[in-house]
Amino acid sequence: MTSGNGPVSRVATAINGFDQVALGGLPAGRCTLVTGTAGSGKTLFATEFLARGIQVHDEPGVFVTFEEPPADIRSNALSLGLTIAEWERDGKWAFVDASATSTEEGAIIGAYDFHALAARIGHAVHTIGAKRVSMDSLGTVFLRFPGQATVRQELLRVAESLESLGVTSVITTERETEYGSISRFGVEEFALNNVIVLRNNLIQERRRRTLEIVKLRGGPHRTGEWLFTIDPRDGIVIVPLAFLAPHEGAVVRDRVSTGLPDLDEMCGGGVYRDAMILLTGPTGVGKTLTALRFVAAGVEAGERCLLYTFDETRQQLNRNASGWGMDLSAMEATGLLQVVSEYPETSSLEDHFILVRRVVEEFRPARLVIDTLSALERIATPRALLDFFVALGAVLRPRAITALLTSLPADRTASSAGLGIAARIDSLTDVSVLLRYVEMAGRAHRAIAVLQTRGSAHDHRIREVLLDSAGLHIGDPLHGVSSVLAGYGEPVFTADPYGAADRRAPAPRVDLDG
Amino acid sequence: MTTYSFRLFIAGQTVRSQEAVANLRLLCDSRLRHRYDLQIVDAVERPELAEEERILATPTVIRLSPSPQRRVIGDLSDHPRTALALGLPNASPHSEEVRP
Repeated sequence: MTSGNGPVSRVATAINGFDQVALGGLPAGRCTLVTGTAGSGKTLFATEFLARGIQVHDEPGVFVTFEEPPADIRSNALSLGLTIAEWERDGKWAFVDASATSTEEGAIIGAYDFHALAARIGHAVHTIGAKRVSMDSLGTVFLRFPGQATVRQELLRVAESLESLGVTSVITTERETEYGSISRFGVEEFALNNVIVLRNNLIQERRRRTLEIVKLRGGPHRTGEWLFTIDPRDGIVIVPLAFLAPHEGAVVRDRVSTGLPDLDEMCGGGVYRDAMILLTGPTGVGKTLTALRFVAAGVEAGERCLLYTFDETRQQLNRNASGWGMDLSAMEATGLLQVVSEYPETSSLEDHFILVRRVVEEFRPARLVIDTLSALERIATPRALLDFFVALGAVLRPRAITALLTSLPADRTASSAGLGIAARIDSLTDVSVLLRYVEMAGRAHRAIAVLQTRGSAHDHRIREVLLDSAGLHIGDPLHGVSSVLAGYGEPVFTADPYGAADRRAPAPRVDLDG
Repeated sequence: MTTYSFRLFIAGQTVRSQEAVANLRLLCDSRLRHRYDLQIVDAVERPELAEEERILATPTVIRLSPSPQRRVIGDLSDHPRTALALGLPNASPHSEEVRP
């Protein structure tokens, strides 16, 4: 709304993940319009913009509320641990209450302006030395005052007065649909320079919140819709997806054991410490066993290990482990193992990510297992799951955490609805290991193949795997089979040999790919 | 006799402010004679008073007494409507009140 070119410095909002998407934050000293439908998180964004300013940057803020009375905003924020009442006492936060319930509006006779509002905001800003202002939300003003053109013009003046005060501000406004014109009442006309859209979609019966920066003056920002969630502890958390910069720290050169000496050998002597290993295979082929060995090797080496299971309950996992001679409870008692067992359906993918990240930050594991990624396909779109994986990599790599992620083979979904998670993330992993059933001479064999080990040589042969009570052993190369890499083993002479094995153990899966 | 008391919030010495003051004075003079007092507050100079009364728009006139309080927003250019909204007694036949 004000002219002038050249770079505009940015104010880091300190809203979780936002500054990475905005490449620095909001334009300093400017107004940014935040628009969204009812329930999209506008008020929370406006609240957090001030709260994080106080908590992280010690910058006082003024909250102008047109809609909810201050008492409601205080109590809603308190449920997220934001102590507005305290900040008000400390002179860090001030309300300008312009909510309808508290304003006894009378008849409107003749021309009017919003100079009094501008004066009140200016007064509050000067009184507490505010650096940030939030106004929430403009739509209600249009309902309370006649003449859209007048209201728009007057609100424009108020917004300009904010810029002349030198504060960085967030103004929220409503929109009626998730896609289409930016806001009701043509408010975008005066805030064209900086516009953020919050969306709240229901996709396949699951809530999907996204944030999109439509424009920010004076510099680049990331484009597209970014998933976010409203966390009961951290508030708005934009799931940091591909924008997380690749880890630029020292390249990890040391190798760690997978827990299976033969597999280490196939990978060229273990895997790099910061590797992400993708292990795919049908149900029952030995993925969980491999994962448990991986964890046991870590615990033996005195490393902290985090085991996430989305497929089994804690009791089932314990039983399986003890069947293979591993005592999970004893490992946990050493403090080196933490097991988290969750059903995917208990929360959204974004929430799962935030939980994983939180546990990683707090527990600081050297190894992480997720068994299985495929279970998450039940609750997420393919795109979201890919984002999850990329985001996970951004959390793990800087910490040089060795990760083993299991998945059902890609071909299972390839036939029905696009590629499964395994096919999509294959190119993003460092080590790719396949476990497969092969039927030969009327007997089901297990086969293992290492498809890639980034940055090192590996065994290209398809080897037989033997599973017994002592665990998983890698045997001789298999000859006379084909199509193992396609997701199933097929003896050269027989047609459809694996069908029986496949039907025996149907995957717990619901395809959401549409 | 009831005494009327008004507080008129304006914002700076603008044409709109002056019109609101003139319109209100004219109405009060014609309908209330000397039975009123009028306090004029410039919201730009006294923002804390605007805050106290939660004034959003200017001009805003508040009828402080007799109770209940009444508020009218705008430059008050429509005299009969303003009089009605502020609950003023009827005008004398020779009033100069105008309807825009």
